[in-house]
Amino acid sequence: MTLDRRRLADHAAGWGFAAPAVVLIGVFGLVPVVWSFVLSFQHTDLTSPGTFAGGDNYAKLVADPLFWDAARRTIVYVALFVPVTLALALPIAVMLNQAIRGVVLYRLAVSVPLVTSTVATGIMFSWLANPQFGLVNAALDAAGLPKQGFFSDPGQALFAVVAMTVWGWLGFAVIIYLAALQNVPKDLIEASSLDGCGRVRSFWHVELPLVSPATGFLLVWLTINGLQLFDAVYVTTKGGPLRATTVLVYHLYNEAFVSFDGGYAAAIGCAVFLLIAAFTLLQLRFNRRSHYEVR
Amino acid sequence: MRRPSALHLVLLPLSALMVTPLVWMLLVSVSTQEESRRFPPGLPSGIEWENYLAAMRDAPLGSWLVNSFVVSIVCVAGNLLLCSLAGYAFARIPFFGGRVAFFLMLATLMVPFQIVMLPLLIMMRELGLVDTLGALIAPNLATAFGVFLMRQFFTTLPRELEEAARIDGAGRLRTLLQVLLPLMRPTLATLAVLTFLQTWNDFLWPLIVVQSPGTMTVQLGLQSFQGAHTTNWPKLMAGTVLSQLPVLLVFFFAQRFFVRSVAAAGIK
Repeated sequence: MTLDRRRLADHAAGWGFAAPAVVLIGVFGLVPVVWSFVLSFQHTDLTSPGTFAGGDNYAKLVADPLFWDAARRTIVYVALFVPVTLALALPIAVMLNQAIRGVVLYRLAVSVPLVTSTVATGIMFSWLANPQFGLVNAALDAAGLPKQGFFSDPGQALFAVVAMTVWGWLGFAVIIYLAALQNVPKDLIEASSLDGCGRVRSFWHVELPLVSPATGFLLVWLTINGLQLFDAVYVTTKGGPLRATTVLVYHLYNEAFVSFDGGYAAAIGCAVFLLIAAFTLLQLRFNRRSHYEVR
Repeated sequence: MRRPSALHLVLLPLSALMVTPLVWMLLVSVSTQEESRRFPPGLPSGIEWENYLAAMRDAPLGSWLVNSFVVSIVCVAGNLLLCSLAGYAFARIPFFGGRVAFFLMLATLMVPFQIVMLPLLIMMRELGLVDTLGALIAPNLATAFGVFLMRQFFTTLPRELEEAARIDGAGRLRTLLQVLLPLMRPTLATLAVLTFLQTWNDFLWPLIVVQSPGTMTVQLGLQSFQGAHTTNWPKLMAGTVLSQLPVLLVFFFAQRFFVRSVAAAGIK
């Protein structure tokens, strides 16, 4: 009897504590997922009630060359953004992990883009890369190279976006690697040097494998964010020039808020979701296999 | 005497390269129009404060900053309160449906925002919240990540703490507020920093749910300012500097802390 009353009190208290957050997250986080899936089977402009469309939106998606172009650009973007960020971040983190004078200032310099908003970053880089008056072209000019268009050149715009977002995310990746490197036990490195390992070899054979969980995490995290690229494009090129930077989410935005085809936009959203889910699962499986742990 | 490390030869130019965009923004923001339109570009000869005055005259920067602050502060407060309560319940109270609710909540973490935003916009329209700060606050008032973070924290605490309080006759809420709250400070601070950064820098959601200049957050406002002033870069840069000043100041004063929070959660 008393026990039952206690259990009942638990249920009441549990829901009392959890309900506000659970309701908010359910209404604004979970319901929209199902709803979005429903939208993808409707013709709707998101303002007036939609009508059932069957598989029309998905048929359109398969046949839409703009969708496939956007998908290709997204993959090119991710295939550059992620490896470049990782390849730069690890050596920088290794250097910043040394006890040298001024290392605090170097860390500060590398991590300050973390708090710089994408809009501000976009404005800064647009001016740095300005074809007429930009600092980057001044540097090229001084080196005797021709001026470039960067964001205004269809052949270069996507690469300019890569450079800009690498700048924005590098500090983040460095911080993650630094945290991982600081967890590598010092005696392991000492042991390897006693065994005759040089610094370079002990890096390859001791530190690199031990930071592989960080690499795995960054790989997933940067890829997920890369697949969702939007802000950086919106504030610099608006998807142009000549659609050169129209990536998947930008295409989605265009369909929803320029062409007012909400149902089709929802279908693109579902495709992006699938892509992200597939990649995450793949990476999780791979990660489990190459996981090192030290106790 | 230690010899200066050769690493400086790499780190110094690298750091310079990383801060160049920010330094250049500052320099352009105090240049005259003519000075900004030279090739090759050079340093400004004096400090043109007029750019800052012009930026503040031409754009409601003040109200954009206030809007951003209101949205961020309310979301921080909401997350601290609601996520602590829910995190505690999920960690400590065995209640009917609790596991399912927690699992479903975690599942929302995997969903990209672009999936959620279209129905969310329809919902906001139904609720009459479109083009209000409420539309920016409501979906961010409690986050699945926050609940998860707090739950993880509570599971690491020794149960004896609560049992002692219970024996002393304190109810659950009192135990949470008076016994556990002081221990939660570092975790709460992490959650606060992350929520603040995320809402302050959010762009896509304000872009689709807010239209009138009076309701814009500073990121959205800055973007519209950029569209209107692409011919006057010093003024645009002055506006950008002003918009970034609050977060940059917080960053410089609490750098260690920021860095730790970001590393803990993987959020930019």
